[in-house]
Amino acid sequence: MSMGPESLKDEPMQGSDAKTEMNETITEKINEETMSFIGQVRGRKRKMAEVFSLGAHIGRRKILQGLIFSLFKIAAVINGMALVVIVYFLLAKGWRAITWTFLTQAPRDSMTKGGILPCIVGTVVLSLGAIAVALPIGVASAVYLNEYARPGKVIRIIRLGINNLAGVPSVVFGLFGLAFFVVYLKMGVSILAGSLTLGAMTLPVIIGSAEEALRTVPDTYREASLGLGATKWQTIYRVVLPAALPGILTGAILGISRAAGETAPIMFTAAVFFTPTLPDSVFDEIMALPYHIYVLATAGTDIEATRHLQYGTALVLIVLVFGLNLVAVIYRSRLRKRL
Amino acid sequence: MVDKVLKMDAKNLNFYYGDFRALTDISLEFYSNQVTALIGPSGCGKSTLLRCLNRMNDLIPYSRAEGEIRLDGENIYDAGVDVVTLRRRVGMVFQKPNPFPKSIFENIAYGLRVNGIKDREFIESRVEECLKQSALWEEVRERLNESALGLSGGQQQRLCIARAMAVEPEVLLMDEPCSALDPIATQKIEELIGQLKVAYTIIIVTHNMQQAARVSDVTGFFYLGQLIETGETQGLFTRPKLQQTEDYITGRFG
Repeated sequence: MSMGPESLKDEPMQGSDAKTEMNETITEKINEETMSFIGQVRGRKRKMAEVFSLGAHIGRRKILQGLIFSLFKIAAVINGMALVVIVYFLLAKGWRAITWTFLTQAPRDSMTKGGILPCIVGTVVLSLGAIAVALPIGVASAVYLNEYARPGKVIRIIRLGINNLAGVPSVVFGLFGLAFFVVYLKMGVSILAGSLTLGAMTLPVIIGSAEEALRTVPDTYREASLGLGATKWQTIYRVVLPAALPGILTGAILGISRAAGETAPIMFTAAVFFTPTLPDSVFDEIMALPYHIYVLATAGTDIEATRHLQYGTALVLIVLVFGLNLVAVIYRSRLRKRL
Repeated sequence: MVDKVLKMDAKNLNFYYGDFRALTDISLEFYSNQVTALIGPSGCGKSTLLRCLNRMNDLIPYSRAEGEIRLDGENIYDAGVDVVTLRRRVGMVFQKPNPFPKSIFENIAYGLRVNGIKDREFIESRVEECLKQSALWEEVRERLNESALGLSGGQQQRLCIARAMAVEPEVLLMDEPCSALDPIATQKIEELIGQLKVAYTIIIVTHNMQQAARVSDVTGFFYLGQLIETGETQGLFTRPKLQQTEDYITGRFG
């Protein structure tokens, strides 16, 4: 293209006017093509500038992005709102029932007066009992599955069993507890039977979260420990379990929360409508908060009169569960800081 | 010239990961009070051999070894061998520093505790000794109870070396100990290796040929699971016997 008019000019003039004319035509044509090429490039450049300029299309993309993020935010808010609504509802309907008497005394006059102390004690005892059963067995199972078991048929069958256990409805657990612990093992309706039943129900949760916690412990720790001449058990006991403790504790919280609020498993195995004294042995029957709510709301002697008591009881139960969660979360974060 | 004592040796060692043959017919001798370097391109089996020496490869499922590896003349793959004791006698430092999520003190005390030592004074003096040997004592003496994870990479690796030494191994295996460290930390650790070889048998795997030349007395060159050439370091690097060795050393492949 730089071979333009210049070089043609530099060539000595040869030949006739016709040749000159031809040369001029060629010059014109080349100029034309050059100009149109330059014009095309300029046009393309302009278009690109439009697309990439800071002003163009940004408006539309920003709006779309903002819209989508707003949808996400709404979803999160709905989540939180559900909890707020429940708590507000319970507070509104039940706050009148929360008195010192309510929390520290036993019920009187067919549950229309008095308190729910035995229920609180019962729920706490059952939850702790459930964890006492589920935590050791669950953590031991998780350690076996994650650290010792070799991949194969046996381990797959065990996992299948655990997964199915997690899906068993709570009322079925209750019936199982009744048939096995209460009747067959002759424990009777008791704290022991209830704790064992609840423990069995909580087991899959504990195993799941304990395994997860063990998996997150890096293999490099195990290697370092074995390389120093520690046995496998020493490695697990001194390095792996301490490192997995926060995760295992989370699972324990979840387990307790589940156990505290369940009605069906304890209905047939531990809880009764009324017992005059607080328990003094594991073979005693007890009252419990979820069961108390159920009974007051459905089979009590005067349902309407006890309505505020029902909400009050529910409120106490929620506070208990939240309180347990909070304690464990604080403990877990303190453990993490110590590391 | 001091009489060389044979500490460990591999004899016709073949190693398999499942069906894959990672090491072919390796025979190699390791003498005490010297540093043996294992060099070679990625995947050549040098780390595999190292991990066989303290049977860390036992942890890998579907792996097996054929042949012998002997420590002081005894085959470590014999049926009656206690792997736990073997690993106390043959210590290991890994590629990426891996201190436990415990305090600096507890990291070094760990090896002592798992071997049954309870005497508090003894543990304290041993910890100090090991940290001094690792040239780490001055830097951490004020914060022994702080988490080991707060140290820099180079300090962590020196801690791991101190930790390995706490149980008084006879052989020290080092798997690319400096590959995750900056040049200054690397230099400190190379100095440390030079000092340690007086008391230990050291076997080091390294990707860095210059490091092998700086630090080792004997070098073995591996390629695709085979031991190609072995010999005194200076000789191997200046007058290699085989063309393949020369090609690797001069960087024609790697």
